[in-house]
Amino acid sequence: MYIVDMLGITKTFGELVANDNVDFQLRKGEIHALLGENGAGKTTLMRILYGLYRPDTGIIKVAEQPVEIHSPKDAIANGIGMVTQHFALVPPLSVAENIVLGNTDGFVVNRAAMEAKVAAAADRFGIVIDPKSLVRHLAVGQRQRVEILKALYRNARVLILDEPTAVLVPQEVDALFETLNRLKADGLSVIFISHKLHEVTQITDRVTVLRDGKLIGTVDTKDMSQSQLAAMMVGRETFGVTRKDEQHEQQPVTLRIDNLCAKNDQGMPALTNVCLEVKAGEILGIAGVGGNGQKELAESLCGVRDCASGSIQLAGKELIGKTPAGFTQAGVGRIPEDRHEGMVGDLTVTENLALEHLNEYTRSGVLDHKAIRTRAEELIHQFQIKARPNDPVRTLSGGNMQKVLLARVLSRNPKAVIVPQPTRGLDVGATDYVRQQLLEQRDRGAAILLISEDLDEILALSDRIAVIYEGEIVGILPAGEATPERLGLLMSGAVKEH
Amino acid sequence: MEIFIINLIGATLRVSTPILLAAIGETYAERAGILNLGIEGTMFFGAFIGFFVADKSGSLWLGFLVAVLSGVVFGLLMALLTVTLGVNQHVSGLGITMLCTGLSLFAFRLNYGGRSIPPSIESFQQLAPFKNIPWLNTLTEQYLLTYVAFLVIVPLAWWLLYRTSFGLKIRSVGENPEAADAAGVNVFAVRYAALAIGGGLMAAGGAFLSLAQLGAFTHGIIAGRGWVAIAIVIFGNWNPVRAMWGALIFGGTSALQLRLQTMGLQLPIPYETFLALPYIVTIIALVLAGRNASYPAALLKPYRRE
Repeated sequence: MYIVDMLGITKTFGELVANDNVDFQLRKGEIHALLGENGAGKTTLMRILYGLYRPDTGIIKVAEQPVEIHSPKDAIANGIGMVTQHFALVPPLSVAENIVLGNTDGFVVNRAAMEAKVAAAADRFGIVIDPKSLVRHLAVGQRQRVEILKALYRNARVLILDEPTAVLVPQEVDALFETLNRLKADGLSVIFISHKLHEVTQITDRVTVLRDGKLIGTVDTKDMSQSQLAAMMVGRETFGVTRKDEQHEQQPVTLRIDNLCAKNDQGMPALTNVCLEVKAGEILGIAGVGGNGQKELAESLCGVRDCASGSIQLAGKELIGKTPAGFTQAGVGRIPEDRHEGMVGDLTVTENLALEHLNEYTRSGVLDHKAIRTRAEELIHQFQIKARPNDPVRTLSGGNMQKVLLARVLSRNPKAVIVPQPTRGLDVGATDYVRQQLLEQRDRGAAILLISEDLDEILALSDRIAVIYEGEIVGILPAGEATPERLGLLMSGAVKEH
Repeated sequence: MEIFIINLIGATLRVSTPILLAAIGETYAERAGILNLGIEGTMFFGAFIGFFVADKSGSLWLGFLVAVLSGVVFGLLMALLTVTLGVNQHVSGLGITMLCTGLSLFAFRLNYGGRSIPPSIESFQQLAPFKNIPWLNTLTEQYLLTYVAFLVIVPLAWWLLYRTSFGLKIRSVGENPEAADAAGVNVFAVRYAALAIGGGLMAAGGAFLSLAQLGAFTHGIIAGRGWVAIAIVIFGNWNPVRAMWGALIFGGTSALQLRLQTMGLQLPIPYETFLALPYIVTIIALVLAGRNASYPAALLKPYRRE
């Protein structure tokens, strides 16, 4: 018995065929992976099921009954909940308000009762969150917890999770999987969109693979190996990117951070006496659970956040007190955590590529459009950005947006590069590309500070790994000595190693 | 001196009423993500149609009711333009202000001709619940609408916005309509409702001037109060209770400057300086309080599902 049938779904955007006659069937009480690279059409298919898009053709049945899903409201009424990749949260509202939005009991909202109800639901699903805190004060990982709880709170029978583990650390992923297995035992069906093959094989019962908008096949997970799934997904065998082991002991220190302290948006201490050194030609990974000061660290190192005390030196020169532009000019390459924050969505690729260095393209107060355009075309070619120079950046896929950011920053050969979460939400191909670029920068001699909540990424790229916990560096390990278990202990705050 | 101050406070409440009503109306609209620059015109039309209907029918309340309904209609027109058709909010709002102003003046001229003395009507009576205590009477002898504005409209707006599911929807569509939509909120319907309520309150503010405060209709009856209300909404950080304080600051300086003018002070400054005083104070208050203004994130952006 299928709880959801999607039959012959086709959806086009202009000339782009996002879904081409796709069939998707979900059984009651199963965890079903939807696997495919970005742009394969899996998010489109799920947005159709959740009423955010209308299919051009095709039938949707819920519990064997044909249904018309015109809006998320219809989807929710049919017991379908979705956690989207771009969080659908209202930042100035509290966690509880976000969760009950569109699902309130009656007209009057009793705060205490609402918060108690949300807290009870959080307890039931094993999700740790304070219902009273404002969403805009939460880190990305915490926001995702709110999103998951929001869908669960609506008594969804079908839960769509779009890359739910992208921002979680191993321990949190385990907790999430436990939750999902418990929900499955209760008869809930989960659609799990992911690129991470080891997660797909670990948690799901069946897998549906999409490539270029077409259905490649639906298989039982237990019959498949990871490499077979990868071959279905990309049509080729994948090869991860890893660093070559080299010794960098002789290299000078490029970026030196001494006793850095900073406060978070609520004025509470977020960083306490952070001391780090990044040598030329080295990648220093910062591992940690989301919300332990990573955001503040990245912002401090780019001059976007004022530091309470301490020093940041780049090749011996003090940066504290400089403006963000001063940091950039001194040679700090800044790739913001939120891609949308680093660019202006409505401006074109060309304009965004020139944005940080407009003064260099200005001739007696007028922009030299020809020079900007020429440079942009070079960068688009060099960084393999799949876009035309005049496309607005908001129309680009996540991977291509990240390439625009990388092109803007890395083409300047910065002395130090600060990269928080560089591959969050990217598909396998784009992730490989970004990591390859970082390694090339390392070989060029840049000092790279890689802040990531993805432990695999940290382990694959870093020469040394520092662990941050509650704003403190609780341990620094050479890559050779770092194991996921040892890092996990440090990340949980259970031990300190200095 | 005490009498002067009590008198001033009483007048402040009276003078603040129309601005307060309009500012609360604008708060509803902006919280839902729509800047309604039709506010000045909606107030003007409300003042005119309220006066006209009251004059022809002899019923002040009928006039007031029709005025409020006219505001609802113009609010819905604003919604049609900006929410459904996605027209630029500045252009739509200014267009509605011009339309309302033109319509009112045209209809006024048709019905009353060009007179040097504006026509007047018997206006609303003030309530005097404490007739026997002179100082308290000075303070509390107010129009029913003033009581309603301060004691009902403001608390109700606060309660609606922060303590009801409707208010939660208004705030969410003004901040992140995509999120509200994904949560099953009908973004279009909520914006229509907010603009309709807002328009009704704006027109009520206009009608207060013609039916209560003045008992007459003149060309300069609104005199930029709609624009001041927009400043007050920002001053109030889109919170109805804080907007009330903003309205009181404007009302207080208005009442004060009137008294300064009539006190016969022999000052070497022209009386227009006093007239400008409330507007100057409003600007200063806005500059001081508006620096940390946290605009509804979706203000001015039409919502379209991709």
